This record gives sequence, structure tokens and C-alpha cells, in this order.
Amino acid sequence: MATLQTIEMELNMGPQHPSTHGVIRFILRTDGEVIAECKPDVGYLHRSIEKIAELCTYNGFMPYTDRVDYVAAMFANECWASACEKLMDVPVPKRASYLRVLSCELNRISSHMIALGAMAQDVGAVTPFLWALREREHINDFIEELCGARLTFNYHRIGGVSFDMPKGWRDKVLRWLDDFEPAMEEFDRLITLNDIYVKRLADVAVITAEEAKDFGLVGPNLRGSGVKWDLRRADSYSVYPELEFDIPIGTGEMGTTGDCWDRFWVRCQECRESAKILRQALDKIDEHPEDDIVGKLPKKMKPQGEAYARVESARGDMGCYVVGRGGAEAYRARFRTGSFTAMGIIEAKSPGLFVADLVALIASLDVVAPEIDR
Amino acid sequence: MKTEEIHQTLTARLGDAIGALHAETIDPWIEVQATAIVDVTRVCKEDPALRFDFLSSLCGVDAGDSIFVVYHLYSYALRHSTVLKVKVPKDTPVTRSVTGVWRGADWFEREAYDLFGVRFEGHPDLRRILLPDDWEGHPLRKEYVFPSHYGGIDNTRDYNI
Amino acid sequence: MSLYNELPATFVTTNVDKLMNWGRASSLWYLLFGLACCGIELMQTGGPRADLDRFGSVPRATPRQSDLMIVAGTVTLKMASRVKLLYDQMPHPKYVISMGSCANCGGLFDKGYSVLRGVDKVIPVDLYVPGCPPRPEALTEGILEIQDKIHRERYLIRNS
Repeated sequence: MATLQTIEMELNMGPQHPSTHGVIRFILRTDGEVIAECKPDVGYLHRSIEKIAELCTYNGFMPYTDRVDYVAAMFANECWASACEKLMDVPVPKRASYLRVLSCELNRISSHMIALGAMAQDVGAVTPFLWALREREHINDFIEELCGARLTFNYHRIGGVSFDMPKGWRDKVLRWLDDFEPAMEEFDRLITLNDIYVKRLADVAVITAEEAKDFGLVGPNLRGSGVKWDLRRADSYSVYPELEFDIPIGTGEMGTTGDCWDRFWVRCQECRESAKILRQALDKIDEHPEDDIVGKLPKKMKPQGEAYARVESARGDMGCYVVGRGGAEAYRARFRTGSFTAMGIIEAKSPGLFVADLVALIASLDVVAPEIDR
Repeated sequence: MKTEEIHQTLTARLGDAIGALHAETIDPWIEVQATAIVDVTRVCKEDPALRFDFLSSLCGVDAGDSIFVVYHLYSYALRHSTVLKVKVPKDTPVTRSVTGVWRGADWFEREAYDLFGVRFEGHPDLRRILLPDDWEGHPLRKEYVFPSHYGGIDNTRDYNI
Repeated sequence: MSLYNELPATFVTTNVDKLMNWGRASSLWYLLFGLACCGIELMQTGGPRADLDRFGSVPRATPRQSDLMIVAGTVTLKMASRVKLLYDQMPHPKYVISMGSCANCGGLFDKGYSVLRGVDKVIPVDLYVPGCPPRPEALTEGILEIQDKIHRERYLIRNS
């Protein structure tokens, strides 16, 4: 009996696609449903942010940093502010640091809500996305009361933050946190521990710890492969040394360590840890005087030198390298983002996967187009 | 380890390939020859006193007549970091690729090629990554002139700021 | 016992144009074309609080089944030819909403080298929604304006 001869097919998973997280294009060569090669083609959202930094003043560049990662914009704000503070040697008051932690942890939860919901939707379950968006709407309301915007915040400033907590904000957030933890339990029962979902994701696209470090993966992707490393504990910046929280890692509970389910699970657990951090920070912030939210800035912001600052963003270690040559604008600003290196591993991991598993891999790495293209 | 000690360790192992230590800046940096960058980074990754297993960032900086390729390294095991810089002349910006040392350097080097024009010898697939394949010029160089047309589209600004 | 006396309220008189427009406006299916930050606000507008589904607008992944294209986000020069291709693939009658300042005029990125300064340089736009990003209420008002525009159209009356 003759065997069936097959030829390879070239498919375009184009820039407009419901499952790529933003405008990213993949050129697939498949043998039926099994992928032989997958080449990512990025740059469809390259908005020349790094060149614009050479045309704006240091504080004036803050709104552009929101667009470097619009899903978790507070971290990019904080990264730029930290790099400029390191460059200009500006101290940050404690209350401002607590406000930064509060706004960033709220943003971490809302970013993970999009990540978890979008991943569930890409695999086929539509309901968790709407449940996640419901929680995100509450957080958008809180951040809007704090700084005036729902998505692109422009909240942090060099030396501190721009507004203090309004009256009654703390009680609203605490009341919402009381409802959030049961909502996460319900979310877990719906999707995380769902048999079908686990079968779709367990043992798919396993990334070992060595590969993760070699390819430069950071954040929940690195922790999902079992590496217990978090910049908030390792390189303790801001007021994180005063706060208690755990670092969740992937342990291969449902399959192998470093599979897609582990990365999903790490993000679920991180939401719970962020809720813990929020409670502690709301408790401790009142030890510091109100309205002391910006440090002493130099008279003219025209620094000379270079600095590299890192923060633990929702997608991992975000670094900002800024070079100043005595002008009012930066000479060079460069953002190192977690999604850029995560895209590099997709080409190496995709041979042998089904097309549907590729979608699960991309969703589990939580890539967003603006972080890749800037 | 502080950067001074890292500089001493590297100079002891590699001698001439390691240039001067510039310690007057906020983040001290070590200058490295372009021809020796692969050996230096391999020593950085494998030496038990250094163990730089994470390439934090690889980027270019335009410095007038030359371009600096800046490497930020970090070690998960020993929790220290360092900065290496390679200086290449702007008219022939060629250096070696470190994708053999860290596979994550692949995409960073493609980005440096795209935006600055730096060629990395030994890179498996050096082509443009962020801009379209038929784009002319390297935008992050200081003398770059912004185009007003691309692909038949007239992109002039028709309003005043 | 005549049908007319039993069920008086079920007869409506209208003209075919109005009937067609009512059908088209109440089921404006939009193409999922979230390019950048406005795309997240588009998702939130389709989300639980500012629900677009109550107007009959559901997102479709393919341009061949959608009649509204909401260009939500910055259009780069690399993406511009794809925007035109997707617009050409939509069947008539089709409408375009340009959402957010980047799609309207380049927005805060018009200083950049790789950004198209307004999506109306490649496709015809029916409605511009300003904002950075526009709130869900603003986009909802945009959809209602497009619905009004559809109600005003006349296909079957000659010389209208």
C-alpha cells in the first residue's frame, strides 16, 4: 500500500488576527496541522518612541513611556522615572514610593487580568475574558480617581508622583479587595482547574530553566520554568523590602515544569500576591506625611552621564538605559522589555507544535506588540 | 563583585582585549575590542567568579564619528551586573555576534542592525526587524533625515503644530 | 372574525429604505482591528460595562463578514498597506471609524519617522472619534452617530 505524500503549506498568520496579541505576523510553514517552521515578523507597531525621546524634555517624555506597554503602563512610567532619578540623583520621598507601589500593583493585577482572559479566549473559552474585564473595570475606576486616566496614565514624575490619594480611596480599594479574592477563587474553578483547559495546556511547549535564562526570558515566563527570581526581592528597589509577599513559581503540577499551564498558574498566583501587597501598603502609607509626593529636583534638568534602571513589570524585568549629554532632552533612551526576548523563543519552540498549540504558546508568553516594537 | 574587581578578573584572564575601565560614571563600564567581544563574553558567562548568565540589554548609541554597542550583563547566581562597550567607527560599523554565548542576543543584534546599521559577523540571520525590508537608512543615527514618502503614501504633515 | 380586528398592532407601514436601514444599523458588525492602546479601550467597550452588544455590534475576526472597521490605534507605514488591503476586502456598504488621535492625525507620534499621519491618507473615513484613548462612552456615541448616518441613507429613491 502506498503512503500518502504530503507537501508543506505556507500560511500567513497575518498582522490582523484575533489571537496574536496586537499586530504581530507569523509566517508558518506547516505540514498539515503540524508546524515545520514559524518566523515572526514584527515592526507593525514601531512608533519610533526611542527617537522621539531625543526630541522631548525628560518630564515631557513621560506620556510616551505609557505607550511602551499600554497594558501595564505604570511600570514603564516608573522605569523612566527611576532611570532619570538615578541619572540626576533625585531622592524620592517615602510616601511617593508607597503611592508608586500601590499604583503599580493595581496595574499588575489589571494587566494579568487581560493576560489570563486573552489566553483563555485564544484557547477557546470566551467567558473568562468577560469576567476578567469586569475586575479590570473596577481597577480602571480606582486609577482614574487617582490620576485621571483609564489606560495611559502619565502618573509618575521624576522625583515622585503627580497626585496624592483622594479621600475615601483607601476604603474603596479595601472593599474591592474583599470581593476580589473570592472572584479569583471563582475564576480558578471556572477555568484554571478546568479539565479541558488543563488538557489543552499541560505539557505543551515546555521551556526548561536553562533555556529560559539563555533566551533572556523574564518575569512570569521565567518563574513558570521554575526559576525563583523576582526583581522586587533580588534587587530590592522602592519600598518592597518593607512588604511581605511570596514568589510563585511553576512546579509542573499538571504536567511538566515550564509548560503553558505553569505560566498561566504563576500569573493567577501573582494576582493574589499583589492583593496582599496592596493591603500592606494601604496600611503603611499613613506613617508618612500627606502631600509629600515629589522630591527635590535640580533647578535645570540637564544631566550629564548615563544610567540603567530596572523594575519588575507585569511582563518581567523592564530596563531603561538613558544617556544625557547636558541638554534638556535625553541623548539616547532605550527600553528593554520582556516581550521582545519572549518573541525570540517562539521560533525555537514551534517546530512540532500544532497550530492551535502555537496560539497557546504565544498567549502563555503574554507578548504585547508595543513592548516588542516600541 | 564591583566593576573594578570584574575588570581585574577579566584583564587577568584576557589581557589586551580588555580596554580601560571608565569608573567616573554612575554605572562604571569596561571598553572591549570589537574583535575580542565573543571571547570576553564567553569568559563572562563561564568563569565561576563572574557567571553572567543573563544578557539584560544590547543596544547601540550614536557618538558622533563612532557607534558604541553597549552590553548590560547580569548574573542570577551572584547578583552582580556590569556594562561592556564596544566602539565601532561609523563608516564601517562591523563587530562580532554573541549569539553563540546567549541565544537571546539574536533579536537585540537584529535591532541594532536595523536602527544603527551595525553589522554583526556570525549572526545566523541578520536582517531588518522593526522597519520594513525596503526601508532606506538607519533611523537612530543622529544625522538621519525623516522621510516624507513611503511606498507611494504621502506622509507630509498637513497641519501646523 | 377577521385577522385585522384581532391583531391591530402588528401592522406597521414604512418604506423599504427605512426598513433596510433599520436592519443594517441595528447589526453593525465591526472588524476586530485593535492596533494599539485604543484597541484595549475597544475591548473594554465591548466588555461588560459599556456593552456594545446591546446595539447589535459584535466583533468579527474577518473583514469579509463585517461592515464597520474601527481603526483603533496608530497606523505605521509598515501596516498601512495592510489596512488598505483589509478595507478592500470588506463588502459594501462599509463604514470606517477612526478611533483615537493616532488614527485621526498621527496623534502624539507625528514627530516619529515611521508613523502614518492619519489613516485617512489610505482609506476614506466616515467618523473621527477624538481622545487618547477615547473613553468607552465616546466610542459608543461614535457608533450611535454611524447608526444615524445609516438611517439617513437612501438607496432606492432616485435622485436623492
